[in-house]
This record gives sequence, structure tokens and C-alpha cells, in this order.
Amino acid sequence: MKITKSKENSALTLALNGRLDTNTAPELETELKASLDGIETLVIDMEELAYLSSAGLRVILAAQKQMNKQGRMIIRKVNDMVMEVFEVTGFTDILTIE
Amino acid sequence: MAEMTLQAVPESLDRVLEFIDETLERSQFPAKVQVQINIAIEELFVNIARYAYRPYVGEVTIRVKTEERPPQVTIRFIDQGKPYNPLKKEDPDVTLSAEERKIGGLGIYMVKQSMDEIYYDYLDGKNILTIKKKAD
Repeated sequence: MKITKSKENSALTLALNGRLDTNTAPELETELKASLDGIETLVIDMEELAYLSSAGLRVILAAQKQMNKQGRMIIRKVNDMVMEVFEVTGFTDILTIE
Repeated sequence: MAEMTLQAVPESLDRVLEFIDETLERSQFPAKVQVQINIAIEELFVNIARYAYRPYVGEVTIRVKTEERPPQVTIRFIDQGKPYNPLKKEDPDVTLSAEERKIGGLGIYMVKQSMDEIYYDYLDGKNILTIKKKAD
């Protein structure tokens, strides 16, 4: 998985490219831990995300909890496959998906 | 039928997924179903790799059988680790807020939701977990 970062003041965008699975979820977790300080808006761009399993959901849930404390999190450009995973697990109700 | 036996460690996941993809290639499952199967394989394999033999390392055998009429696939995981029935795990409450949510339990829940059949046996010291998915 490739993570592309762009930051503007207190807004951070992470664009995910590839698979967010057991092997790659720790990369996103590490990136979030290192980057969320002082961030009020976190955007996760999923346009190029081809696959998402529960390991990825765990990291997304942790990010949502963190951002609930310090601002907001927005998920963008979710494809049908990833959306189905969000729907089955009820994540559509706890995430802001645009 | 295709079969592979390998060390049950998380690092083997990519090899397992390659094996499944190669076996399913000829069956032409729709992309959406292939992804559901991949997710199921990941969740079940990683569970075995993390917990079945802990703190030791053991082997897992994966058997894949495809049928054409109707098009469907049966995948079986066999390990000789601690007896463990993942289907007994309580389903997570998927209606809770982010704050109330616990981390974990989502993997096996997704497998239950996406597969047509899932069953567990403990036989001759072996955990046998079987999933079945139709192409449509």
C-alpha cells in the first residue's frame, strides 16, 4: 500500500493506494500516530484503495475515535467494494463518508 | 481439488491468497465475490496464524474445491492447534457509536455475513473450518 500525504495548516489528507489488510494496516497506524498532532480535519481518500479487511477497519475506527476528540474525519471517494465492507460492519453509521 | 500446507504465520498470507486466486482463476467468479472470498481467507487464516498454536508455530492445510454446476467454491482450513470454534464468538454490535465500539470481532463477523455456508468441526485433534460461496 502507498500512502500519499498532503497537509494544509491543520488539515491533513491521506490518500491510500493498494490494499489495506493485515500486512499493511500497521503502516497506516504508524502514519496516523506520527501525523495527527494538531490536526483538526483528517481526510482519508480511498479512490485508489482496492481492498479492505478487518485489520484496516480497526485502524480506521481508532482514527475516528481520535478525531472525534480533536476535530473531524472525512472519508472520500469510497468505491463499491469498500463501501460494502463499511455497510456490512455498520461503519457507514460512524464514519463521515462523502 | 487443490491443497496447500504451510506454516501458520501471518507472513504466509500473501502466498495463501495467491494460491486461492490461482485456483479460482478458471472458475470466473465475479470480482465482488472474489474480494469477499479474499477477505474471508485473510480473516480465517490470520486467526489461525495468530492463535491456533500460540506460543508455538504449527502448520495449516488449506483445501479448495471448485464446482461448476452451480459455480461455487468450498474452502477448508485444517489445523492441529488448540480446539477453537470461531463461530461461537459473539457477534459485535454493529449499531454502536465509534466511542462504544470495541476493536475486534469484526473479521469473523464479515465472514459470516458474506459466505453462504460456514461450519466448524473438531475431529481427531484437528480444527476444521469450512466455508462455501456460490458465484452469484
